[in-house]
Amino acid sequence: MAKTMFEKIWEAHLVRPSQGDTAILYVDRHLVHEVTSPQAFAALRETGRSVVHPEKAFATMDHNVSTRTKDWSLVEKTSRLQMETLQKNCKQFGIKLYDFSDEHRGIVHAIGPELGITQPGMTIVCGDSHTSTHGAFGALAFGIGTSEVEHVLATQTLQQDKAKTMLIKIEGTLKPGATSKDIILAIIGKIGTAGATGHVMEYAGSAIRKLSMEARMTICSMSIEAGGRAGMIAPDETTFEYVKGREYAPKGGMWERALAYWKTLPGDPGAKFDAIVDLDANTLKPQVTWGTSPGQVVSIEDKVPDPESFTNPVDRTAARHALKYMDLQPGTPMTGIKVNKIFLGSCTNARIEDLRDAARIVKGKKVNKDVQAIVVPASEGVRRQAEKEGLDKIFKDAGFEWRFAGCSMCLGMNDDQLKPGERCASSSNRNFEGRQGPGGRTHLMSPIMAAAAAIEGRISDVRKYL
Amino acid sequence: MQPFIRHTGIAAPLDRVNVDTDAIVPKQFLRKIERVGFGKHLFHEWRYLDYEGTRENLDFVLNKPAYRKATVLLARDNFGCGSSREHAPWALADYGFRVIIAPTFADIFYNNCVKNGILLVALKSDEVESLFQQVIQKPGEQISADLEKQIVIDPAGKQYRFDINPFAKTCLLNGLDHIGWTQQFAEQIKSYEQKAKKERPWLV
Repeated sequence: MAKTMFEKIWEAHLVRPSQGDTAILYVDRHLVHEVTSPQAFAALRETGRSVVHPEKAFATMDHNVSTRTKDWSLVEKTSRLQMETLQKNCKQFGIKLYDFSDEHRGIVHAIGPELGITQPGMTIVCGDSHTSTHGAFGALAFGIGTSEVEHVLATQTLQQDKAKTMLIKIEGTLKPGATSKDIILAIIGKIGTAGATGHVMEYAGSAIRKLSMEARMTICSMSIEAGGRAGMIAPDETTFEYVKGREYAPKGGMWERALAYWKTLPGDPGAKFDAIVDLDANTLKPQVTWGTSPGQVVSIEDKVPDPESFTNPVDRTAARHALKYMDLQPGTPMTGIKVNKIFLGSCTNARIEDLRDAARIVKGKKVNKDVQAIVVPASEGVRRQAEKEGLDKIFKDAGFEWRFAGCSMCLGMNDDQLKPGERCASSSNRNFEGRQGPGGRTHLMSPIMAAAAAIEGRISDVRKYL
Repeated sequence: MQPFIRHTGIAAPLDRVNVDTDAIVPKQFLRKIERVGFGKHLFHEWRYLDYEGTRENLDFVLNKPAYRKATVLLARDNFGCGSSREHAPWALADYGFRVIIAPTFADIFYNNCVKNGILLVALKSDEVESLFQQVIQKPGEQISADLEKQIVIDPAGKQYRFDINPFAKTCLLNGLDHIGWTQQFAEQIKSYEQKAKKERPWLV
């Protein structure tokens, strides 16, 4: 029978099929960070259990780190305790840690791919919902809770029910100014933030094939924002080219064997999906959110919608709540909404390609005087590469602050936060109430759209800068 | 884990769709390294008027006298979406919630609740609406959930049948140690590892 890529990877990792209870799925790689792991390690200690495969786990600290300094001076006391707890746990259980000062440290979903830890055909989990990012390599990757982190550490497996499958077909060619961020925002706008609940999403079609790995990761990272259990993209030459030569990638004869296997991963012709969604890349315009859920999104040419225009009463109420929180009036054109902060960062959109594209927009221009703009590279590796290319100088000359790597203002666990009432043009992934700081207001958009907003001090159509 | 068999309690109506785990417990409270003490931070930004959490927002449903002792939460679609933080169910459980009823729940949140003895009941939208109306019209009314029989009973005594994954049901009824359950298949895990090592040796 014809199989989808998800079904192939699922079957290859099935330790025990469900017998009216639950399946047990093997986990190839477990990524660990400081926020969702301390209680898991503590529970292992309490129950006298051990980490069965420390060599399959990789840890880093990203959520709490200050992006202003490379020392502890700006790290809040409880954050520091959490980071030191991770150091202690990794040491005790023998887990490789990309520590505070390590040159490879970064957002966990950036360093996995960069170091070649992430490979096609793997099962990858992490106590973080944006683990779906790694699906861009043709891996089955998803976020788990802390009890599941403990379960993986103790058994290298997870109790899992087989998900349904959803095919997202994106055909055509993106026009200048439209990016992979706009693809995923448009999909979430179309199917809703619960549209893919219970499903593993596979993105396919001619528009996906043309995308770089960085752009594919952007799409997969936000699968969770559509409710998806995971998001994945079939591996191809672009994928293999990216993985080859990286630190943990297979080498020599092993590379050839791995490659031969990876080429068998794409779904078979005729494989059936439980749901299919289409999106036309040719007509896609830059997208921007107006509300407090990623599905509350329109094109840059549109206006803030009127809550009364929603036929579903639940959507209507949600829109009313959102506009009140966002302090926006129905009918206001999206272009022209004033912003105070620009955040170029996150596991969704702070890779080298994102920084190159944004730098091209701001080169030779100045950040609006009423705006604070920060660039937070996804990893120290990205930061060094950008500096090698002189991107830091372009950003700094324009008036951006150039920071060290971390999750930063995507969720504001460190000292980068919006103040109440501040409005941010953000390349991140969530516009929830208070997400970037209590009372802060977030408009999600692509990195180049955020760059255009930095120059104008208001939400703008990036296409006029191309 | 505390087993869940049946529970009766005051139901509070949280009339918001897409309640995300950032709203359930905001990021500033995720820096703890323990599992306990999250209840006081539950719905922090809605529950309090100030960042420090010293002044209650009396308009928020859980601060209204009739709902203060609520242990059943009525919610709307896609409850628990967003971040995978298990701190969300820790906060709900620590506050005292044992049952959450909504039309749909986010996947990771659902798994996290099962691990923490919280019963999530998915009912049809019109059934959830009916429960909302009853506890809004008569604040302080109680709703029961019986996991063995898979029924919810509203204040008027009407029963609503719900479906639940059989394994989640077993886990909740017995307060199952998930790791212990998986470890009974240690031999199967070992033989899987040997097979995988041969087939995909680069993964070792």
